[in-house]
Amino acid sequence: MTITDLRETLAPSLDVPLSRAPRSARRSTARATTVIIGIILGIGALITAFPFIWMITSSVKPRSESVAYPPAVLPESPTFEYFVQLFQELDFGRYLVNTIAIVAISMIGLILMAMAGYGFAKFSFRGREPLFFLVLITMMIPVQVTMIPTYLILNGAKLTNTLIGIALPTLVSGFSVFLFRQFMVTIPTELIEAARIDGASELRIFWRIILPMSRPILAVQVVLTFIAGWNSFLWPLILANDERLYTLSVGVSLLNQQIATNPSLQMAAATLMVVPILIVFVIFQRFVVQGFALSGLK
Amino acid sequence: MKARSAPYLFIAPTMILLLAFGVLPILIALFVSFTDMNLAGLGNWSVIEFIGLDNYTKLFADPDFWQALTNTGIFAIIGVPCVVIISLVIALLLNRSGNWFFKALRTFYFVPAITAIVAISLVWGYLYNTQFGLFNYILSLVGLPPVQWLSDPVMVKVSLVLVAVWRGTGLNVIIFLAALQGVPKEYLEAASLDGASEFRKAVSVVIPLLRFAIFFVTITTIIAWLQFFDEPFVLTKGGPLGESTSVSLFLYQTGFSASQFGYASAGSVILFAIIAAITLIQLRTRRSDDDY
Repeated sequence: MTITDLRETLAPSLDVPLSRAPRSARRSTARATTVIIGIILGIGALITAFPFIWMITSSVKPRSESVAYPPAVLPESPTFEYFVQLFQELDFGRYLVNTIAIVAISMIGLILMAMAGYGFAKFSFRGREPLFFLVLITMMIPVQVTMIPTYLILNGAKLTNTLIGIALPTLVSGFSVFLFRQFMVTIPTELIEAARIDGASELRIFWRIILPMSRPILAVQVVLTFIAGWNSFLWPLILANDERLYTLSVGVSLLNQQIATNPSLQMAAATLMVVPILIVFVIFQRFVVQGFALSGLK
Repeated sequence: MKARSAPYLFIAPTMILLLAFGVLPILIALFVSFTDMNLAGLGNWSVIEFIGLDNYTKLFADPDFWQALTNTGIFAIIGVPCVVIISLVIALLLNRSGNWFFKALRTFYFVPAITAIVAISLVWGYLYNTQFGLFNYILSLVGLPPVQWLSDPVMVKVSLVLVAVWRGTGLNVIIFLAALQGVPKEYLEAASLDGASEFRKAVSVVIPLLRFAIFFVTITTIIAWLQFFDEPFVLTKGGPLGESTSVSLFLYQTGFSASQFGYASAGSVILFAIIAAITLIQLRTRRSDDDY
């Protein structure tokens, strides 16, 4: 129903007064409501963000201040020594490199999932429906159920204690394939046909036409993949016995075992993990909301 | 690449990985759950013995498993409504205006959802700390006695749910905001013409139109809470005395810390059955009221 249809249906009732207040008064009440909601949301946002504010300010507090009682939010004499300590004494440089490697490997998975999404969206082939159903089913399976068998599989394939082994179990996800498919269905088939007639190979069509056209959904997925790879915790924890393969999250969780000893060092490590994600997210967040809207989730 | 084989080549890498790490593990879990596999069996498959349903009978007699099940139920019963209602309200309020201020606020609400649980746990552990934590200090300012956030059997559940709700809300806010973009403006204008208040419009127009999103969020949130793992794992290790052990954590502990792969697999199969059953029931109820 369009707005004009609606107006027409409503037309008979339009000659009765619509509201008790004059228009300008109504508008300013609406304005005031928006301001009040803004203030409420602002307070809520501050409360939500507070643990992070606390984390960042505590990361630069000297140890004496971080265990002082009563606690203070702002540091009196800020210091960066704990960040230095993370890299110089605790090998966080290596963890950082490993984490970046995991993120890089997971971007390969992203390409694979885009390919699969394209396959399901734009080809009709025998077994398409049951295979896609299988993809959807995998979304429902909790990781703790598959944890032990997956470990057995990776152990059997001699992939424990390797970065590849750590990245493999989460390399592809049913949900991402689903999102890619939903988006790629909307790409006009004529375009693909035209490229075929011009003699372009299937891979070339994918790489040169489909991927560039899928930029909005690709942007979302890059962000989500980056976040997931950066935060990945369970598999590095289970598969890496060798300290040289630890990721940032495993390194940070080790600091947890020394709880109450040096909160400043812990907060510095937490800050190191959180701030890159914050930056990535602030830059790309509008794509994420758009992407969810594009996926037809209404 | 030939046109006929092209689709198979496009989907093959992903399908192989999904089969290897999504479907095959379920079958292996089912198989292993009928054996006494442990760390010794990992190195030498010949010592693994087929023991039928023993793991399952043992599991149902295990008070620790029941405690974990009960805890998970409590977590879900408190957590799911909190997450769904809070994220819906925040999304409705955030959707009120598209100006820069409201857009900037979004980020604040999303951030807990996207940051690493280990980092989050360190921060919350510090806030909950009974000696120099901020929360007890705030309580003392208003004259309340200190709370044993993570060592009291009842409070530990509340504390973990608080962290998980804080963390779980952001993603659902995104989903609701995305769904709100799909609400036709015409309906809202029509409601305004009829003199409906803002609140009335939200309740009578917007929320019914968001039914699918609410359904989707509820299902995924229930599944997420049944899999509750990260917060107790990092913050409490399931303590004190198993009071915060979830089923997932129980499975992890029996599977990896105690290396009882067979026993833990039996638990995995049960968890999977519970999740599948709840999902099916929800899909069934959804189908019956599909006509709007």
